[in-house]
Amino acid sequence: MKELSLNILDITENSVKAGATLTEITLDESDKNLILTIKDDGCGMSEETVKSVTDPFYTTRTTRKVGLGLPFLKLAAEQTGGGIEITSVVAKDENSPHGTCVTATFNKEHLDFTPLGDITATVTTLVQGHPDTDFLFIHRKNGGEATLDTRELRQVLEDVPLDTYDVIKWIEEYLREQYSQIN
Amino acid sequence: MKSLAELQAIKDKMKDKVVIREGVNETRVVVGMATCGIAAGARPVLNAFVEAVNEGGLADKVTVSQTGCIGICQFEPVVEVHEAGKEKVTYVKMTAEKAKEVVEKHLKGGNVIAEYTISNN
Repeated sequence: MKELSLNILDITENSVKAGATLTEITLDESDKNLILTIKDDGCGMSEETVKSVTDPFYTTRTTRKVGLGLPFLKLAAEQTGGGIEITSVVAKDENSPHGTCVTATFNKEHLDFTPLGDITATVTTLVQGHPDTDFLFIHRKNGGEATLDTRELRQVLEDVPLDTYDVIKWIEEYLREQYSQIN
Repeated sequence: MKSLAELQAIKDKMKDKVVIREGVNETRVVVGMATCGIAAGARPVLNAFVEAVNEGGLADKVTVSQTGCIGICQFEPVVEVHEAGKEKVTYVKMTAEKAKEVVEKHLKGGNVIAEYTISNN
């Protein structure tokens, strides 16, 4: 992947596929490090599955026998001296908490650190593709933050879908404005 | 600054439209957005389609959606155009530029761009 934001788009698709109603994407960035957390309330994975998801020859897709999403993220983190950690709780019944949390740590000063790239495009692409699930995006950087909570948007929009073009454009500008304050 | 009040205005504007729009879209543009597609550049392709379809006034006729791996990873970014009553058209090795062209010539003009389809690659 040319940008970390593309890895984020790819990995978040797993959360949506796991039936998440809310996926939280958090970026904690300092001068030296970037910590990415993708946490969902989806169906979760067994301990055995968690162990195999970073193996390129494990996949849920039916069109091919390889799955490179998490292996790519792992590689991107490890090549900077960082790494990834995955924890997951399988859904036993509707009332017990469940979901998956992927944390990736990057050393920004390392030569092989992949730049974050267009994270705003990743967020708008996620909302455009999955207007019925919620995303909470928080990027903390330089003492400020850029955030988007689709639950807040939904409250205002009521039955107007989140993938309405004007809404997508609004989200794009909303985030770009916030980034102009913290970059 | 962008505010939630602006969102309220969008809502008021869209409210009547939503009812009318339901079920009329007869053309579907589907962009492959699995790992293979994303790595090959599907994100800008998708966003170019969303923008060109909406800016080009085709929103009532065309839906742009995302899907997983279509199974021909070596041809990514892959885009399928499904039109009612017509055979599916599969565009391969797409770029944002090609996407705009497909909207202009194919979706607006009705002419498939054979050069970009899978049978010519």
